[in-house]
Amino acid sequence: MKLHEYQAKEIMRRYGIRTPRGEVATTALQACEIASRLGVPVAVKAQVHVGGRGKAGGIAVASSPEEAKFAASRILGMSIKGLTVTKVLVEEAVKAAREYYVGITIDRAKRSVVIMACGEGGVDIEEVASRTPEKIARTWVSPREGLQPWEARALALAAGFDRAAIPSSGAYLASLFQLFVREDASLAEINPLMLTEDDKVIAADAKITVDDNALLRHPEYQALSEEDTDDPLEKEAHRRHLTYVKLDGNIGVIGNGAGLVMATLDAISAEGGRAANFLDIGGGARADVVKNALELILMDVRVKAILINVFGGITRCDEVASGLLSAADSVGVKVPMVVRLAGTREEEGKALLRKTAVVALDTMGEAARHAVALAAGGR
Amino acid sequence: MGIFAGEHTRVVVQGITGREGKFHAFRMREYGTEVVAGVTPGRGGADVDGIPVFDTVAEAVDRTGANASCVFVPPGAGADAVAEALAAGLDLVVCITEGIPTLDVMSVLDTAKVRAWRGRVIGPNCPGIVTCGKALIGIMPGRIFKPGPVGLVSRSGTLTYEVVNMLTSRGIGQSTCIGVGGDPIVGTNFADCLAEFERDPETEAIVLIGEIGGQDEEDAAAFIRTMTKPVIAFVSGRTAPPGKRMGHAGAIVSGSMGTAESKVKAFREAGVPVAESISEIADLVAGVLR
Repeated sequence: MKLHEYQAKEIMRRYGIRTPRGEVATTALQACEIASRLGVPVAVKAQVHVGGRGKAGGIAVASSPEEAKFAASRILGMSIKGLTVTKVLVEEAVKAAREYYVGITIDRAKRSVVIMACGEGGVDIEEVASRTPEKIARTWVSPREGLQPWEARALALAAGFDRAAIPSSGAYLASLFQLFVREDASLAEINPLMLTEDDKVIAADAKITVDDNALLRHPEYQALSEEDTDDPLEKEAHRRHLTYVKLDGNIGVIGNGAGLVMATLDAISAEGGRAANFLDIGGGARADVVKNALELILMDVRVKAILINVFGGITRCDEVASGLLSAADSVGVKVPMVVRLAGTREEEGKALLRKTAVVALDTMGEAARHAVALAAGGR
Repeated sequence: MGIFAGEHTRVVVQGITGREGKFHAFRMREYGTEVVAGVTPGRGGADVDGIPVFDTVAEAVDRTGANASCVFVPPGAGADAVAEALAAGLDLVVCITEGIPTLDVMSVLDTAKVRAWRGRVIGPNCPGIVTCGKALIGIMPGRIFKPGPVGLVSRSGTLTYEVVNMLTSRGIGQSTCIGVGGDPIVGTNFADCLAEFERDPETEAIVLIGEIGGQDEEDAAAFIRTMTKPVIAFVSGRTAPPGKRMGHAGAIVSGSMGTAESKVKAFREAGVPVAESISEIADLVAGVLR
């Protein structure tokens, strides 16, 4: 779960990391008031769960409260990568003498937490990592241990931070590690970490992503959860507790198991078609889950054909078939549906579908080919 | 032979009194697995259809000689259950539970290193392992497997069943099939399994089913260069958009990391045939088995 910059900064402050003073506004008037309270210049920054907001025009510097109001009225309501901006952070604009990068994340291959620092901040760290990896200093620490301030200072030195920034950067990195572990983050990043002209270190931007699996012990984050989407279908999927990702094609897909569904999307693409979505009903899904899933797919007006691909291990094919039939009964299916059932209770499932208009096929390849042809024909 | 699990395996089911634990304990037993004990804290002395239940794993080991565990406890207790099993000295801990916090898994694996617990962890968030005709630990449907010379390792559950089913229907049997799990941090990775398959006299060829996210496939490709046995690969998620989590917690392309292209390229460069579709896997396997 991604947190907004203003939420991440609030958490960082609790861990003793200095950030610019700032407040959130949802209207231009509020932004104006905040700017006069803080004193100018201020930065007005869109709060959206996507990267690249600066390039998209979602950040502005204002040198008067009136300018802040104007900037906020422009940014609020704008769409950045499909997301509407509903909040801006208005904060004191900080002047940097130098900018650095610090970040903490999970290293899957090393099964460890990795701490990274780079002497150049405000950059796309992935690009630095791929072009000039030697510019990033890294160290790996187990979550059972802590990152000691001396280790953090050594890392900052190795990354080429200025001497004046070393004591605070070391302390902040150690705090950031503590935050990472206690808050169950999967990413905690300050980019840029600024050294100001009066030799103070300050977190100018902040990113925190919380591990979804850890939300069960962080009710405070569950309350902050907001969908990082404006899309009505994705919102509906969330409401129905379905594992759904919207894609850009016209073939609705339902399957069981993430790997199988991904492979189904690939099979559709190999046949020259495009899937409209990823939807995994998981293991052991009962008829009501299948019904729920099909109803969602049927809400998607782009869908010209539906492909259901189920390999029954603990999922029973007859449960899947009866779920499909009951959804078809309740909402009506106006697009052609191709169903591929294999595994547990395959025969019973197929028997249920025999009297219907559903096309039942035996292999994933055949089913994909058929669905692609149907979607093309219905265009 | 086969790897990690076999005739010698004696399973304790952690969480046996829960719905999933009980259901799958019976299915494992039906397959012929020796399910010797169950553990549910506070329910010691109970009995689940003839399987004795203990309060602790240590007690189960002491009384029944269990040497492997299958974990079905809820996610909040998952890492603790794995640690308990490792501390009790089990050789193999298969963790089915989905949704265990990532840092908990990391901590248990790190503790295991520090305390020299020698057991192997498979999972979490995995379908388990089956050494065909001998032992099945986990939730895989037993009837699709057929003993034979092909080892299989995968990050997915149902995709594994799909491929196994296809191999079996072509008359190609399997030695051991392992689902390593769909989480970012898992106890056993592809290379660990490949190393064992390389040593296993019953395994003649290996199928590896990867997916987007992380770099385990790239690491596996590097390891395959040192192997003598043929490996066939498949990578799912070629059409997955970046930045979206595709069901599995670990199946996400972040920036330029974890793309299907990078994985396919790594395999090809290591001389590994990569199947373009699921149905092609069986053809490629038949080809290398001759």
